Amino acid sequence: MEDLKTFLIEKVLTFESDTLSPDTEKVLQLIRREKTVKPVIYVSTGTSSIISGSGKTCSAIETYIKENEPSASIVQVGSTGPATFEPLVCIQIPGKNKLFFRNITEEKVEPLLNGVFHNDINTDDLAGQTGTKGFELWAGIPFMDELPFFTHQKRVILGNCGCYDPESIEEYIARGGYRAYIKAIRHYTFEEVCDIIERSGLRGRSGGGYLTGLKWKHALNTTSNSRYLICNAKESDPGAFTDRTILESDPHRLIEGIAIAAYAIGASNAIIFMRSGSDHAKNRLQKAIDKSREYGLFGHNIFSSGYNLDIIIRVEPGAFVCGEETALINTLEGKRGMPQLKPPYPTTSGLFGKPTVINNVETLMNVPLIMQNGPEWFRSIGTENSPGTKVFAIAGKGRLSGVVEIEMGTKIRTILDEIADGIREGKEFKAIQLGGVSGSFITAENLDISIDYESLKEKGIGMGAGGFVIIDENTCMVDLVRYYMEFIRNESCGKCIPCREGTGRMLEILESVIRKPLNEESGTTLERFKGVMQLETIASVMKDTSLCGLGQTAPNPFISALKNFRDEFEEHIFDRKCRANICRGLRTFSIDVDKCTGCTACAAKCPVNAIYGTRLQPFFIVEEKCIGCGICFDICKFSAITVK
Amino acid sequence: MLFTIQVNNKKIKAEKGETILSALNRNGIIIPTLCRMKEFTPTGACRMCVVEVEGRDRLVTACSQPVEEWMKIKTHSPRVITARKTIVELLLSNHPDDCLYCDRNLNCELQRLSEELNIRERRIRGRKIKPRLDQSSPAIIRELSKCILCGRCVRVCEETITATSLDFINKGRETHVGAAMDRDFNFSSCIHCGQCVLVCPTGALHEKHNITEVQEYLNKPEIVKVIQYSSMVVYGIAEELGMRYTRDFDKVLNSILRKIGFDKVFKTGTGTDVCITEITGQLTERIENNSDSPLYISACPAWVKYAEQFIPSLIPLLSTVKSPQQITGVLIKTLVAEQLGVKPGEIFSVSATPCMAMKFEARRDGMMRKGISDVDSVLTVRELARLIRLYGIDTTNIEQEPADEPLAGRSSAAILAEVSGGLAEGVIRAFHFQKMKKEPDKLIFKKLRSGGIFRELSVQVDDTSVRAAVVDGLTGLEKLRSALASGKKYDIVEVMTCPGGCVHGAGLPFSPSKDEIRNRSKLVYQSDDTEAINLPCKSPSLISLYEKLLKENPDISDRKIFFTHFEKRNVLL
Repeated sequence: MEDLKTFLIEKVLTFESDTLSPDTEKVLQLIRREKTVKPVIYVSTGTSSIISGSGKTCSAIETYIKENEPSASIVQVGSTGPATFEPLVCIQIPGKNKLFFRNITEEKVEPLLNGVFHNDINTDDLAGQTGTKGFELWAGIPFMDELPFFTHQKRVILGNCGCYDPESIEEYIARGGYRAYIKAIRHYTFEEVCDIIERSGLRGRSGGGYLTGLKWKHALNTTSNSRYLICNAKESDPGAFTDRTILESDPHRLIEGIAIAAYAIGASNAIIFMRSGSDHAKNRLQKAIDKSREYGLFGHNIFSSGYNLDIIIRVEPGAFVCGEETALINTLEGKRGMPQLKPPYPTTSGLFGKPTVINNVETLMNVPLIMQNGPEWFRSIGTENSPGTKVFAIAGKGRLSGVVEIEMGTKIRTILDEIADGIREGKEFKAIQLGGVSGSFITAENLDISIDYESLKEKGIGMGAGGFVIIDENTCMVDLVRYYMEFIRNESCGKCIPCREGTGRMLEILESVIRKPLNEESGTTLERFKGVMQLETIASVMKDTSLCGLGQTAPNPFISALKNFRDEFEEHIFDRKCRANICRGLRTFSIDVDKCTGCTACAAKCPVNAIYGTRLQPFFIVEEKCIGCGICFDICKFSAITVK
Repeated sequence: MLFTIQVNNKKIKAEKGETILSALNRNGIIIPTLCRMKEFTPTGACRMCVVEVEGRDRLVTACSQPVEEWMKIKTHSPRVITARKTIVELLLSNHPDDCLYCDRNLNCELQRLSEELNIRERRIRGRKIKPRLDQSSPAIIRELSKCILCGRCVRVCEETITATSLDFINKGRETHVGAAMDRDFNFSSCIHCGQCVLVCPTGALHEKHNITEVQEYLNKPEIVKVIQYSSMVVYGIAEELGMRYTRDFDKVLNSILRKIGFDKVFKTGTGTDVCITEITGQLTERIENNSDSPLYISACPAWVKYAEQFIPSLIPLLSTVKSPQQITGVLIKTLVAEQLGVKPGEIFSVSATPCMAMKFEARRDGMMRKGISDVDSVLTVRELARLIRLYGIDTTNIEQEPADEPLAGRSSAAILAEVSGGLAEGVIRAFHFQKMKKEPDKLIFKKLRSGGIFRELSVQVDDTSVRAAVVDGLTGLEKLRSALASGKKYDIVEVMTCPGGCVHGAGLPFSPSKDEIRNRSKLVYQSDDTEAINLPCKSPSLISLYEKLLKENPDISDRKIFFTHFEKRNVLL
């Protein structure tokens, strides 16, 4: 191992020429497992895979190998992207193309491996093959990149995800890693690196889409004896999991990106700010940092360049608002995570009053690639003003879900119809929610918007952090808006009045809209109408006056839902009906006398004893008592219960 | 650099670097604010001061945004007014609405704002905050449901007082201001200075009321009702009752207090004179012994508690002399009781002070004698004014009466103790007189009277030089610490918790501006200049006390009643 380390450092990392010697290349090929003599089994072990049971799959494979194929080895890789395919297993037989199998749960392992090793492949679980030059094709098996899920993607940032062992720095170096960083610190000045990034037109991948290179220059040009670089990996929007996937699958590239960014602003301290709860990602990242420190990539006078850099991980205390940059800085300083007034911006006075650059994971992932391939290459991807790609986490009611990367300028419709393969179970499409709790809804008529900063801004839609939630007709928009509002109400830091009180009031009003009308005479109707009339005012004041992005964007889902689904709101308010039958308080259940057999199953399960009747005679539901939970509806075997 | 900006279609001059708000205020445009405190950096929490700036998507807060040359500002456009109004309505939507019963009724910033913004209907209805009343502290009551979370108390406690007893707890709807571990206030590190009460815009923080208790005793014929008041109370009452302060206003106050039903009216000033005399004694002893460590004056009860809990190493250096209020109190319960021929238990002794920590001090361990407390009840100036109004006393048409002997007179040094540095000055004057038998020139104390939060003075008295340090507000302790660390030596150190001294006390009328506080201290210095008796030892009351009364009374002739003890305190930090 020690020899390999010296070799990699001398012949690859600090090798003066851009092209490596053929001998070195041969070794690197071996590390990359491009020429294997033994079978290799890759199991994806991201969080989404572990949830689907890849841990058990992994141990089942290990047992199988021990008993039947001792020559084979097993490699735990990160997630490739499609969460629907997890646990994804890839098998590489020497001399042949890699084969991908999807949804390999524990019990499927033995038949699968038996089949593969005895040349009798079960095509049911097969996802596809990937081609490597000079390897034998599997006849009649589609290529992975020809699957619609992958054809419409442009995998730049995710290029390494699922391809290598995220805990092995050797493999990352063999894939060209860390050379951009070493080159930067040995051959470029701070300004030059900033220049390259500025020329590439890379824009911050969350929120405003500010030019990254420009931001770095602001920090660099602020006189100070120390500066900080913070990687904001605090992703906690409901339905967003891009950062986590990246951290778990390709931690080294992120570290390289952070290192280059830190160098560009002359920072000697870099901090990765992570969300609490993603321990898997944190452990992988920590291991990667330890390894790179072993290789001398961090520390004092790195590779005799005269540059010092250290990198640490900090975990947030568990509040959504800590992702806001000023709140994040407060948290790191050990204070209460509350946003502060801007100006001063962090680039002039940030962490401990020093110039600080905060970039998110996706932005920094682009940096090593731009340094490797040049800004012109980056500009060739995407649109004129929004070069590059964008990573989305597709979730919700699409047929496929997972982390995908598309070229800027791709139409939303492409993601929906091609990558996510349409709506599950043939349901009607309703909307797409872009950008989590602070995002807006995109309805059918807007599906042809292309994804880039300008087009989205024109329509008043924020790019967001990468949440892409597909909503079908079975979702009630009022209920969804209420859910987002509740999330923000609980996560507001409580500092500024419009956000703290406004979210609370809006939630209360929305709750009154979907609550069961207990007694129409007691003035609750009037109260409800009065409240609803104020919703729009409160929303606009919140948007206008809140202190930080959280409060300013909190009413977005509501405003956008009201614009696009006003009829649904009016139905709830005036007709007291929920067309998706989601809002409990507005559902009325009744029993079809002709279908009911009097089996008593529903009456036995009813939590409020609202169902009465005699055995073997049709039952009936007392509407006043019913809470609309729907248990009877689910339990009835004869479809005798109807919902209105 | 001056430049022109456009405000409401008119041109006004603005200075480079200032905020929009200060430019507007200078030009006579008033913008409502709620969380703002003049001497602090803006936090932008309340969003009341929003204005419309052309070219900005959102409204901007005038309190924090630096003014720029291109700006076209609208301060009262419909959009701005709707925003301000909605914010206040949001605050009111879950407010307890018990204004009529509230401590701050007619004196509440939230009430004033809703009046100014013409809120006449409850448009937004919200779930009320669960009432939570914390009465555990001897001085400060917290009513959390009235809190609007402006954060002023948190900042004052952290930045001015450095006790950091209050902070925000929880997030979202659950956010509230509380003490450590969200325990009751008496467990916290609160030093009862009450500066938080002074800045609170609503009735969420107020003093513990002792009026009812005083009223109850006023109606008991068998009890002798006694009140003492300090010099600052005289200014405070004039201010609170909206009257012009004159030199003889204390005589008016005597008459008012007697009309309310107090049998005897005394001046805390006599106690201050005793305090100065005793501290001078301790100082003389220390200088004679060539002691290395300074003597810390312990007249400020908030500072004493601060020292007890945060700097226990300092406790042995604290002067053991009681504070003026307690000295007067104990004299009332001993000397006066004897003169009147009643038992100490038959006296109800009230103290009116500008301080809130005095409420705590009266309950302190060591502040009682034979099971009878030195002071029974402490009223702030605001409470006393309320009592005066309650008894329907026409303050405009009233005769002048002197206070009661034996605690009627005071020197001007006693009144000087109300400003920061005054007590140290009094002690040095007395020391000077004791050594040189003549009064020092007042001009030499200039350095002690102004010049920042930490002031030093060295006075040559005969062959010894007296080195004094004054810490004006607890933030100055840091400077004292570094001065001591750099090897400086002091003989006497005075620490005042409230910046400015007792003239900034939390029991005085609300919302004092810096100018008002400066005005109060000016009045104090004026009195010192105009009054004839400048030394405690020249005050007839003190002379008769020391020369005659104490000697005649074997029970207290050893003067032990003037001293107390301090101990380390364990609190939740």
